Amino acid sequence: MSDLDLQVPAAFDPFAEANADNSGAGTKDYVHIRIQQRNGRKSLTTVQGLKKEFSYNKILKDLKKEFCCNGTVVQDPELGQVIQLQGDQRKNVSTFLVQAGIVKKEHIKIHGF
Amino acid sequence: MVSNSLAAQKHYSPNSIHTEKACISIGREDKRIIRLKDLSAIMAEEENQNELVADIAPFDPTKKKKKKKVVIQDPADDSVDSLAEKTENLSVSEGLEATFSGKKKKKKPGHSDLLSDEKESIGEDVDDQPGDDEEAGEIVLQQLPWEGTDRDYEYEELLGRVFNILRENNPELAGDRRRTVMRPPQVLREGTKKTVFVNFMDLCKTMHRQPEHVMTFLLAEMGTSGSLDGQQRLVIKGRFAPKNFEGILRRYVNEYVICNGCKSPDTILSKENRLFFLRCEKCGSGRSVAPIKAGFVARVGRRKAGT
Ligand SMILES: [Zn+2]
Repeated sequence: MSDLDLQVPAAFDPFAEANADNSGAGTKDYVHIRIQQRNGRKSLTTVQGLKKEFSYNKILKDLKKEFCCNGTVVQDPELGQVIQLQGDQRKNVSTFLVQAGIVKKEHIKIHGF
Repeated sequence: MVSNSLAAQKHYSPNSIHTEKACISIGREDKRIIRLKDLSAIMAEEENQNELVADIAPFDPTKKKKKKKVVIQDPADDSVDSLAEKTENLSVSEGLEATFSGKKKKKKPGHSDLLSDEKESIGEDVDDQPGDDEEAGEIVLQQLPWEGTDRDYEYEELLGRVFNILRENNPELAGDRRRTVMRPPQVLREGTKKTVFVNFMDLCKTMHRQPEHVMTFLLAEMGTSGSLDGQQRLVIKGRFAPKNFEGILRRYVNEYVICNGCKSPDTILSKENRLFFLRCEKCGSGRSVAPIKAGFVARVGRRKAGT
């Protein structure tokens, strides 16, 4: 029961930011899931900020399998490794990451419209 | 959850020799539980959202609020009536409605009026909001619910009456929030690949924010590029629906405009030694806000030879 309570993120905790800052890495703590438009009705989902300890390729492999889409890991000079997936997989990725226990729900930021 | 994340760490660590099947089965097992959790989390979130966006009713250009009530003047009770009338007018004209214009709520005359007025002043209702300020010239009058009968007054009715009088004489005591209307974003398509946000400047002005700041946020969220054109419209690469802008603007308002303490949009964003601070004009509270970061932008489109 307490476990469940922990899972419920306060949608508007005024101290959320402050707490995140206190925990060290500040805003870098978040995993950012973004969407980008490509040509036509195609789009691209990027996942940035996963912990370095994880093998991105293994995660990517499971993501690809789960959502039946292609994807790749790109190396960004500033942001490190970023996972790219084809299509709008933002919801999928976020639930997957939470379910697999890779990231906590409150550390995921979904961007885009 | 802890064991789960441990498993994840093991599973996704580069040198784990776990068989995939075992891990997948772990994942499956947990799935159902987590689903449930997610659901409750989502629900809770929605509730909270409702609370927090109390003044931000959804955009809805079609549903413009019109308060039209039947005028029934009773000469005997003239003083109270005219008072109530003034109050109504006051609340309508002063009500700069919070962001995107409100939903329409059907009203029964009399009784429910007072009720909803009272709720409004307490500030917990989402959908009952005074209309745009241009609509101030409408017929607004009010009838006391107990008029014509000799029944007992109900508590809510009396409470409503008190609030009306209070608002008339000391508006600041009635806890009436000033509301800012944000018009729905007007969006045009330029060609097939660009989107023009026509009333961008307008919205920046209602939010009292620098267009550059708003623009940076919009572009960062949409993961695209854009600029202001000659007519101060925002031209963005990519195709976006007005709904998309609405969602992002709402997030912008929550993060960079609304005061956390009193939910007032009457705030000032200032930059103090490299940090952005939001200071509320209403209650004086302040908080720091996260700087806007564009984050990772994947390269899309044609690849150049060489890279
Ligand atoms: Zn305030």
